[in-house]
Amino acid sequence: MKVLVAVKRVIDYNVKVRVKPDNTGVDLANVKMAMNPFCEIAVEEAVRLKEKGVASEIVVVSIGPKASQEQIRTALALGADRGIHVETDEEVQSLEAAKLLKAVVEKEEPKLVILGKQSIDSDNNQTGQMLAALTGMGQGTFASEVVIEDDKVNVTREVDGGLMTLSLSLPAVVTTDLRLNEPRYASLPNIMKAKKKPLDAMSPADLGVDVAPRLSTLKVEAPAGRQAGVKVEDVAELVDKLKNEAKVI
Amino acid sequence: MSILVIAEHDNSSLKQATLSVVAAAKAIGGDIDVLVAGENCGAVAEAAAKAEGVAKVLVADNAAYGHFLGENLGDLVAEQGKNYSHILAAAGTTGKDFMPRVAALLDVAQVSDIIRVESEDTFVRPIYAGNAIATVKASDSIKVVTVRPTGFDPVAGEGGSASVEQLDVVKDAGLSSFVSEQKAESDRPDLASAGIVISGGRGMQNGDNFKMLEQVADLLGAGIGASRAAVDAGFVPNDMQVGQTGKIVAPQLYIAVGISGAIQHLAGMSDSKVIVAINKDEEAPIFQVADYGLVADLFEAVPQLEEELKKVL
Repeated sequence: MKVLVAVKRVIDYNVKVRVKPDNTGVDLANVKMAMNPFCEIAVEEAVRLKEKGVASEIVVVSIGPKASQEQIRTALALGADRGIHVETDEEVQSLEAAKLLKAVVEKEEPKLVILGKQSIDSDNNQTGQMLAALTGMGQGTFASEVVIEDDKVNVTREVDGGLMTLSLSLPAVVTTDLRLNEPRYASLPNIMKAKKKPLDAMSPADLGVDVAPRLSTLKVEAPAGRQAGVKVEDVAELVDKLKNEAKVI
Repeated sequence: MSILVIAEHDNSSLKQATLSVVAAAKAIGGDIDVLVAGENCGAVAEAAAKAEGVAKVLVADNAAYGHFLGENLGDLVAEQGKNYSHILAAAGTTGKDFMPRVAALLDVAQVSDIIRVESEDTFVRPIYAGNAIATVKASDSIKVVTVRPTGFDPVAGEGGSASVEQLDVVKDAGLSSFVSEQKAESDRPDLASAGIVISGGRGMQNGDNFKMLEQVADLLGAGIGASRAAVDAGFVPNDMQVGQTGKIVAPQLYIAVGISGAIQHLAGMSDSKVIVAINKDEEAPIFQVADYGLVADLFEAVPQLEEELKKVL
């Protein structure tokens, strides 16, 4: 079966995020960018399904500026077969991303679509669920285990207070949580091979989707900073302060 | 304006988070109705009717909603919500699952995880795991919003007298079915909702040493977390990770033990009310955010902490 994986180019998770002085956003100039960590887990899961003989082809799609092709190449180096780049320099919000992915799903007709549960920049946690609703598919969100059985997929989900397992009819959408797997690193030979794998580029207009945003960001501020507090001499003083000064125990 | 709040519950009791969502609805202003969708959830509806500021409780009681499947809730809420100006739910794993479906079915944007209401269409929400705070304005006619419960003081759960109306609407999409669930076995509170969290980092040296934290956690009724470094080193499982790519916590008291304070960890806990850091490296960045810092060897300090707590608790 064919698996479609969506990946997003975001700020590298190790970079310290700085708000621009004019409060219009976060400074992304000359900042290291990388594949969103939850998307890495999505790619890894697809590759494992292929290694088990469950998936026959992995198509990876990314929406974003030209540079997003770096993240598509990374996915290809990890084991995806083919890339699709929906190229735009505009900000694409979750609903519009889901509409673009719906158009790709209609072209490619995958049995399974795997996405990260959220991106670490906008932290929306929406696109997978929106895609599932728009395409009339079932969804297994925040997955920590994915098992394909014939025309069904069993998804174990990380929910508040425990785990929940669902059975979904295929085709279905799965979004990844942290415990699903540990992504591998790409080997140098595979990075070289990935450069020769096919990558199609298209625009939102080619897919017939209007990506005009519905939400406008009025301002972005740094969070109220914390002041360093006091150093205590010993454990007894610490417990005394927690009990009598902070009153939290 | 009219606001539909989707109750979070377990079919027997109303979760406190719902009262925080009602508080967010009050901050927006307008009539507030609460939708309780579940199976044999009459007690939840009664509890919701007593919440302060609620005008009407709508109850959809059917097996199709018993396990809060996103497809079924999405269809139900999109249909019930289309005549409201706002649809609100808590940003827990249930709300995060079905609300984007609601937004997509109504062809509107969703505003996720708000911590403040500026006006009826403008909301404040953390982005980049709380490293930046965005103020966003929604232009759609229906605002679909998930609410971070820690951002709003809950309304009173008693004293209200809303009317209760049964809905005879069954939405069963037939796309998914419940197989099983596994509740967290530990008596310890869930990390995300714990009032006190104690976390260990690479300084713990191995997984066995986390038992020291368990003893302190038992005394305090605390949840136990870990830094990414401790998870990556294989000391403890992934689900204990606090940080940008793990759990975001904001307890009353956060105790960081042997954690240096990498950016990605700070992003997950710096909204805690009181932060304690125990680390032998006095230059560790964690001390820059800690209210109380103790420069000490954790293998001496943690057993002492246990003894001192026994004296005062």
